[in-house]
Amino acid sequence: MRFPTVTSPHLTPPHSVGRVMTQVILALIPATIAATWYFGWGVLINIGIAVTTALACEAVMLTLRRRPLPPALGDLSAVVAAWLFALTLPPLVPWWIAVIGIAFAMVFAKHLYGGLGYNPFNPAMVGFVVVLLSFPRELSLWTIPAVLAEQRLGFTDYLNAIFLGHLPAGLTWDALTSATPLDRVRTELGMNRTLDEIRENPFFGDFSGRGWEWVGNWYLLGGLWLAYRRVIDWRIPLAVLLSLCALAAAFHLFDPGRFASPAFHLFSGAAIVGAFFIATDPVTASTTPRGRLIYGAGIGVLIYVIRTWGGYAEGVAFAVLLMNMAAPTIDHYTRPRVFGTRRGERDAP
Amino acid sequence: MPPTPRHHALSTATPRIPLHRFHGGLHLEGHKAVSTQDPILRLPLPERLILPLRQHIGEAAEPLVKPGERVFKGQILARGGSFVSAALHAPTSGRVAAIGDYPVPHPSGLSAHCIVLECDGEDDWGEHRLPPIEDHHDLDPVRLRARVREAGIVGMGGAAFPTAVKLAPRGEQRIHTLILNGAECEPYISCDDMLMREHATQVIEGAKILRHALKPERCLIGIEDDKPQAIAALRAALAGPEYNDANTDEEIDGIRIVPLPAHYPTGGERQLIYVLTGLEVPAQGLPADVGVVCQNVGTAAAVYRAVTLGEPLISRIVTVTGGGIAHPRNVEVPLGTPVATLVEAAGGYTHQVSRLILGGPMMGFTIASDEVPIVKGSNCVLAVTADELPARGPTLPCIRCGECVRVCPADLLPQQLYWYARAQDFDQAQNHHLFACIECGCCAYVCPSNIPLVQYFRFAKNEIWSQERERHKSDLARRRHEFRQERMAREEREKAERLAKKKAALETAPAGADEDPKKAAIQAALERVRARKAADEGGETPTDAGDAGRTHQD
Repeated sequence: MRFPTVTSPHLTPPHSVGRVMTQVILALIPATIAATWYFGWGVLINIGIAVTTALACEAVMLTLRRRPLPPALGDLSAVVAAWLFALTLPPLVPWWIAVIGIAFAMVFAKHLYGGLGYNPFNPAMVGFVVVLLSFPRELSLWTIPAVLAEQRLGFTDYLNAIFLGHLPAGLTWDALTSATPLDRVRTELGMNRTLDEIRENPFFGDFSGRGWEWVGNWYLLGGLWLAYRRVIDWRIPLAVLLSLCALAAAFHLFDPGRFASPAFHLFSGAAIVGAFFIATDPVTASTTPRGRLIYGAGIGVLIYVIRTWGGYAEGVAFAVLLMNMAAPTIDHYTRPRVFGTRRGERDAP
Repeated sequence: MPPTPRHHALSTATPRIPLHRFHGGLHLEGHKAVSTQDPILRLPLPERLILPLRQHIGEAAEPLVKPGERVFKGQILARGGSFVSAALHAPTSGRVAAIGDYPVPHPSGLSAHCIVLECDGEDDWGEHRLPPIEDHHDLDPVRLRARVREAGIVGMGGAAFPTAVKLAPRGEQRIHTLILNGAECEPYISCDDMLMREHATQVIEGAKILRHALKPERCLIGIEDDKPQAIAALRAALAGPEYNDANTDEEIDGIRIVPLPAHYPTGGERQLIYVLTGLEVPAQGLPADVGVVCQNVGTAAAVYRAVTLGEPLISRIVTVTGGGIAHPRNVEVPLGTPVATLVEAAGGYTHQVSRLILGGPMMGFTIASDEVPIVKGSNCVLAVTADELPARGPTLPCIRCGECVRVCPADLLPQQLYWYARAQDFDQAQNHHLFACIECGCCAYVCPSNIPLVQYFRFAKNEIWSQERERHKSDLARRRHEFRQERMAREEREKAERLAKKKAALETAPAGADEDPKKAAIQAALERVRARKAADEGGETPTDAGDAGRTHQD
């Protein structure tokens, strides 16, 4: 009898790229629902626009690069990148901003570097930074969270606003949108007010902005599940959040009037989604166990530094991109000691 | 049964040994029970046996018989060519039908030199049993090594490394621990399990022989705890009639049976040594470097049979299993039996059979045809269905998820090694300790992108080895060239000196002019002889000698 020959091992692998990505998407669902609840239908519409654009760009790039479509489109990595990118956008942002951001991410940050696995920078964050730098005004228009909002827009209102720029009669952008908690604290600190004074505003809740502070919990839920399923390595989120909190705590103790508490930093902006979903992008992160701790800690420190002294209210995207740059070097210096060797030894064949 | 006083003394003197955990590894489903339901079946002799001359790591054996020659069972057919090699014996009596190239069990699927033996059905030893050694409990190491070499014994765990080499002393290094490897960590394989259950005495006696020869302080037999029957059988064989449940953990006669947690690849030599002793065998070294010798339990049984019964290694136990086999079981077959014969003995293939693997599902290799023979290192014939082990999906790019790093038992960074192997950056691959890779397959198994990582590492290793051979060759050529240059320069120099001397002699003794020509001629002849002698001593190679001759004629 004749049999086909293949290479070992013959046991079927427990993972596949597609399954890894599917689990990331599943983990994003609770937070997506929560964000939709707090900030409106625009969240889902943005995800729809970004995912469609990402898949289209991916298909075009694969065709131009003469690569087969099915395995690359089926791995869902483009969907994950687009989903995360969409979650960084304000819900009322014009449609073309979402398109430009994710198209840049897919074409320039991903495929021009060789596609999945070869991109040195996190595509979702590259896309976000591009639109943040290009359209700062549009990117600052966040809808007021549901718990505070007087008016809530319906699904068609969102479609009109996003695709046509029309708001329902009698409503203005100012009535619907406000700055993020991080923006607000930053601006008001700039006006020499103390944190206690700032926090007296009903806009703020227990830790951070009302509404804002609870979305993070849903990311945390999904993130912990991913860590439990070992889709992501616990080291990176732990290091990000610990270093961010440690730094915040140190400065907060030093001057509570000028430096926000660790809880504020944790529950504002993208700290938790960044730690669990963005910093853990395996392609652009460090891969050694010790390296991942250093990489995560670096991101946490940079988030704090940018938020506190930098030019932007939120620093997650910049922190991740900066540490992406450092990842290969970190990997080089944190190689584990190989079994049966001493450090710095070299193989002889 | 009341324990004897000897037992008491021992049970208090031997505390449990601490086990160590190596990094990574996998928990795999065993699938072993399917093939251990029936006892080992001894197959009848097939019509012909195909015996590859290289069934071991090292040099191929050199045939000592000619086609047409009649041979007895146990007669040597080929002798081990060099230090790292192994002899080959006739598994039964018959006629040498041919010596030539036949398909052999090798991942390449290529053919290699084999002796084909037509069995006569007599199974006649003639005078070819090795003389049994009576005093085997006090065997001196040199004699043991000679017998192991004579019997053509190699590691029975799969790697088939010549056992005599492992028993050879290594400089000043003392062996403090002898380890018998009965871990059998790879799924599906159960031949060691069945050997220990049914021939526990052979394993224990083999251990005692090795122990007396190597004189270690202790001997540990490591067995994964998913084989309780094998553990019980060995303990019974070790304790003899005094065996009872209470003394299961004891050291008896310096031998101790240690159950190990089932965790792939505990049966890897380096991993097993680490688990049992906490010692790391240097990546570039051998177990003896840390004072340990490790042998498979099957090897110990083979040593016992070679020493006490005078049987060379001519048969082995093979597991025939998988969803593609009607009645999975273990069989004992003469070496050289075609795989198809074993499958037949296990009830044949089922309809769904899709792949045939020699070895286990992690490290084994697929074979295209079941006509290839069983060799010394074949431990398992695994016929699987597509449902059981589906074909792997297409290879996707590495996403650097680090799963391979998490499971690597050698603490390597497989994703980096993959990168360097792909880029053929072998320097960097060596900096990342490519050669510490034991090819266990854990990394490739967990890879979500289906990258055949082990293939890449084998490729890189082979490339480095061949580059190394090339470099060695060119080094040799360079040395030869330099030597020749030096010799020619020396000859020039000597010639110049000779001329200068002659000139000086002419100038200092003009008075005796009449005697001069004769003397000068004699002197010159002596000089030439001397020079030629010097040249001959210096020129070792024939080319050099030829060159030297030419230079002188010039």
